Amino acid sequence: MMAMSKSMREHQEPGDIEALLPWYAAGTLNVRDSRRVAEALERDPELAKQYAVALDEYAATIELNESLGAPSSKAMQKLFAAIDAEPARPAQAVSQQPGQGFGARFTGFFEGLSPKVLAWSASAASVALVLQAGLIGAMVAWTPGGMSETASYPPAGDVAPAARAETVRPAAPPAVPPPALVAPPPAAVQRSAPLTRSLGAESSLRAFVRFVPDARASEIAALLDAYQASVVDSGKGGVFRLQFAAGQISKQDHDRLIARLQNEAIVGTVLPAP
Amino acid sequence: MITKQATADEVLITRIACGDRAAMQVLFGRHHVRIFRFGLRLVRNEQVAEDLVSEVFLDVWRQAGKFEGRSSVSTWLLAITRFKALSALRRRKDAELDDEAAAAIEDPSDGPELAVQKKDTSDVLRKCLEGLSPDHREIVDLVYYHEKSVEEVANIVGIPENTVKTRLFYARKKLADLLQAAGVQRGWP
Repeated sequence: MMAMSKSMREHQEPGDIEALLPWYAAGTLNVRDSRRVAEALERDPELAKQYAVALDEYAATIELNESLGAPSSKAMQKLFAAIDAEPARPAQAVSQQPGQGFGARFTGFFEGLSPKVLAWSASAASVALVLQAGLIGAMVAWTPGGMSETASYPPAGDVAPAARAETVRPAAPPAVPPPALVAPPPAAVQRSAPLTRSLGAESSLRAFVRFVPDARASEIAALLDAYQASVVDSGKGGVFRLQFAAGQISKQDHDRLIARLQNEAIVGTVLPAP
Repeated sequence: MITKQATADEVLITRIACGDRAAMQVLFGRHHVRIFRFGLRLVRNEQVAEDLVSEVFLDVWRQAGKFEGRSSVSTWLLAITRFKALSALRRRKDAELDDEAAAAIEDPSDGPELAVQKKDTSDVLRKCLEGLSPDHREIVDLVYYHEKSVEEVANIVGIPENTVKTRLFYARKKLADLLQAAGVQRGWP
């Protein structure tokens, strides 16, 4: 019977105000609940008795906890040793501080990236750079007709050995008749020789030539090939000195060659050169 | 005054999030004793409690940037402490826990008797407080010593507010029973 009574008492639910007494004793209730408890204490002596018990508990709990002492200085030493061992603080928190310049935030952003991310970013940037360079090169080099204007890289048929073979024939007579004797084929289709020729075919026939501004490198190469000429000098103002592998020719043939050159569409000016 | 302190604590947390060691020292100096005592009451071992203090503040150093200010800093610290204390207790051997539980149960029967002989009710009350179960001890400390509201205790312990009220009520009734067993009548319940 007594046990049953005790059990019932143990499972008794606290009243609304009764449950708040500890917080009222500690002074941590909000204004509304604090007023409710104060009013209840004034009209209920039993509740006031219980409140006095709560105040004793409150004081004893503080006394008990205060008697527990404090941690030694090792706790702080251990903490800051652990903090020192921590990896560097991510830059984002620091970079959010007001008053920092764009440069600092920019630097902080890259410092915040992991090495792996940085490596991938650098690789992607390199690929983008190469693609961009290729695209620009293609746009510059190719004309609407699909013909390259770049004179420094000869087409497949203009391989270097052919040119060298020509250069190692210093005294050999030209395999083709002099330009004065053979009508040169259209310059645009003569693209079998490199632009620059050797000085091996010594001849006294030379001329100063200025090409028209819109002359293409391929057209100039074709002209040089057709006339068996080579560039021996390039002066200021776009004037080139050409040497023709025609050997000794008459004054009349010389004049005729000059006149023929003058009639070429890509030639602006032609003058006899010493 | 409490509000000013809470505001200052939040400022310290913001500075700690930026890697300010001086702010960390201030926060540590302000709260480490209470954290130690709360931890000690849970784990009942000074060395473990001291290690808890370092671990709790190291967590603060690491997680300060994630503190959203939904609770006060002290409530946040106590919640971290409680979590770490329970983890530490779980790591310890069952045998050790059993011994401690037995010691905790024996304390009120032995201690209060000795205290009663001294006719010192305060000593008996403290002995009985030490003899409460961990759950009851925890909630009594949070309300009376750490002065946490119903909502804050619910936040720290992770239980509904009504459960907080009833748990403390039963803790107090258990305390009354222990006192009665030690020969101390308080008039309630």
